[in-house]
Amino acid sequence: MRRIINLRPSTGSAVLLAALPFFLLLIAYLLGSSVRLAVNPEDKLLPAFATIGSAIQQYAIDPDPRTGEVLLWSDTAASLVRLGWGLAISAALGLVFGIVIGIVPYVRAGFSAFVAALSLIPPLAVLPILFIVFGLGELSKVVLIVIGITPFLIRDLALRAGEIPAEQMIKAQTLGASSWQLTLRVVLPQLLPRLLDSLRLSLGSAWLFLIAAEAIAAEAGLGYRIFLIRRYLAMDVILPYVLWITLIAFALDWLLRLTTRAAFPWYAGASK
Amino acid sequence: MTTLSIRHLWKEYGEQVVLENVNLEIKDNEFVTLVGASGCGKTTFLRMLLGEERPTRGTFLIDGAPLPDEPGPDRGIVFQRYSVFPHLTVRENVLLGFEFEGAKLLGRLFGPKRRAALDQCDAMLQTVGLYEARDKYPAMLSGGMQQRLSIAQSVIRNPKILLLDEPFAALDPGLSADMHRLILRLWEDHKMNIFMVTHDLKEGFELGTRLLVFDKVRLDPQAPNAYGATITYDIPLGVTGKKLFKELAETTHRTERFVDSLAPA
Repeated sequence: MRRIINLRPSTGSAVLLAALPFFLLLIAYLLGSSVRLAVNPEDKLLPAFATIGSAIQQYAIDPDPRTGEVLLWSDTAASLVRLGWGLAISAALGLVFGIVIGIVPYVRAGFSAFVAALSLIPPLAVLPILFIVFGLGELSKVVLIVIGITPFLIRDLALRAGEIPAEQMIKAQTLGASSWQLTLRVVLPQLLPRLLDSLRLSLGSAWLFLIAAEAIAAEAGLGYRIFLIRRYLAMDVILPYVLWITLIAFALDWLLRLTTRAAFPWYAGASK
Repeated sequence: MTTLSIRHLWKEYGEQVVLENVNLEIKDNEFVTLVGASGCGKTTFLRMLLGEERPTRGTFLIDGAPLPDEPGPDRGIVFQRYSVFPHLTVRENVLLGFEFEGAKLLGRLFGPKRRAALDQCDAMLQTVGLYEARDKYPAMLSGGMQQRLSIAQSVIRNPKILLLDEPFAALDPGLSADMHRLILRLWEDHKMNIFMVTHDLKEGFELGTRLLVFDKVRLDPQAPNAYGATITYDIPLGVTGKKLFKELAETTHRTERFVDSLAPA
């Protein structure tokens, strides 16, 4: 018998093994749901698939009788717009400050401790301030995402910029590069794929801040909806919404990974 | 026309003396190889030439003027590793020098200027034998090809001085003969001064017009850092023979052993 660390599954069994936990979870849910519903047909905690199906019908297909909109789509659009702006602004700030802090010693001396301190402020603790300063509209939600993930992006990119081998920086200077040209042609292009990597890592936090902000004050949005219907214990809506949010998060992650591979063909080879 | 004049040069880091009392005159178009035990200041000397380090005392003149205090296009460098840009193809790597020179704001050339520069790049790539690989990224090249690329990238800017920091040390021994032919050819074509640091005494003997040996004259176990290295042999090409080779191998080996004996276990 070989050691367990040396036993490897074949491709087919690896796929089966990957599907297994999902399948088990589903079985557990079905069992739990039918047991609870057998005791109390009015139970709301683990609704039957039929109940969830009709809730999906109501939220994702039929237009809302009051607004005429299909709620799932209008919620998704509202959340994605906020998330998109938040990520875009954070990425731009992270890139600019990360590069400057990473390669200009004077800026690093002046700002790296400051950014480190900023990144320790719990973003949710400043949410009330954001609501007071920026109002309850879209701006405060976008700003929360920006405050939440930008310090991480700056620090990560500054580190990555510092990791570019000194040999490359010197070589570029011997080819006549000015600081600006060096940034533009050597540092920036090598940091772009790193930026996408860091964005992938901060997607989770971005969603966290988005849903938190929407839960407190919003008129539409995925986070707003699940916190609204929580009052009615509407698990038949909350569960599909959570599943939907997870799917979107997964798709965004996959899209970023795909973009990295397509746009930076040198990256996979160079980072090995 | 490039000359170098070094007089009474000292380099110290705090208590530690790395180089002491180095004197050297270099004429135009010389190919100087620098050999010596590790820790004897060869690389420090090269870094001073590059502008990364300043001498502690003494004068270091290029064409009669003090050495600039940062790297510049008149002094090219090829490191042992990491000296090509992984995000650019072979051709773009060579083109980069032209783009830094001709496009101050964007760092990119367009249209006829780019085409003219690319023609020069392609000619250079033919010379170093990388033309077929011109659209590949460095990660897809072998170590030897990456070093050829790095050499091409520097030489195309026509530097007055080309610095080579153990450029072939990480390569397969079989490759070095090829690389030596290439570097000698470029040296003749481009009329530059070459300084090459090497760990390989044989390589130092084979290449170049002049061999400099960096070594510590005084080895004091009580104060190992108090005495630095200096140039102990300055040998023009043609005088090198078997007996001298053996003598040099013995002296540098003695210093190497001394340095090793000081290293913490």
